[in-house]
Amino acid sequence: MTVTEMAEKLGWEVLVEGEGACREIQTVYCCDLLSFVMGRAPADSAWVTVMGNANAMAVALLADVACVVLAEGAALDAEAAVKAKQHQIAVVSSQGLAVYPSAKAVAEVCGL
Amino acid sequence: MSDTIQLNFTVPGDDFTRAGEASSEVKGILKKLGLSPMVVRKVAIAMYEGEINMAIHGGGGEITVEISDQWVQMVLADQGPGIPNVELAMQEGWSTAPDSVRNLGFGAGMGLPNMKKYSDEMSIDSQVGVGTTVTMRVYLNL
Repeated sequence: MTVTEMAEKLGWEVLVEGEGACREIQTVYCCDLLSFVMGRAPADSAWVTVMGNANAMAVALLADVACVVLAEGAALDAEAAVKAKQHQIAVVSSQGLAVYPSAKAVAEVCGL
Repeated sequence: MSDTIQLNFTVPGDDFTRAGEASSEVKGILKKLGLSPMVVRKVAIAMYEGEINMAIHGGGGEITVEISDQWVQMVLADQGPGIPNVELAMQEGWSTAPDSVRNLGFGAGMGLPNMKKYSDEMSIDSQVGVGTTVTMRVYLNL
């Protein structure tokens, strides 16, 4: 399932569309420590985090995740939004859900 | 692709908002050259970790990337304080990063281990008080 389809089915807000319409979600990864995400997040994963800063967008791009899911109501800061748009990184908000229910929802709706 | 392509980048020190720009640019170039997604990802991750290390510890520096028909080579050189104990620095979890860097989500002692993990060859030449040069290669057909 694509990122755009996932967000639509869950009723989540798409903060940056990016390549969401063509990125297929293969798995889910949860972590806030960017050093760990860089080395361990699988490619094409939906990355659930509370990190909405520009560094997180750089990590999302370079680790080649399918999208960033901002959980716990975490905000995407202005600089990060610019970077996400510039590099076509899909960013969605799970509308205040905590990390675990966010990840569970993605896995269930994507049939993972 | 028969000729080697060379790219040069300057990494600013202590500017974490710009850290990753060089790696992002290289990633885009490798994708346009049609290299496999696995190779592109390995180079992007290894180079980004190096870039962050240079920004945190090295006071910035220079990166030279060479792309041949067999490999992508990255040489990251800084004139920072050097690494007193490379073996220790290679251990996962060993970190000398300040709290300000940890608050950004970095500094968990994964930089050098991730660079080793995602490159096919890596060497470190470091002298205390002089600087550090890290050379990494990712092969196109492994």
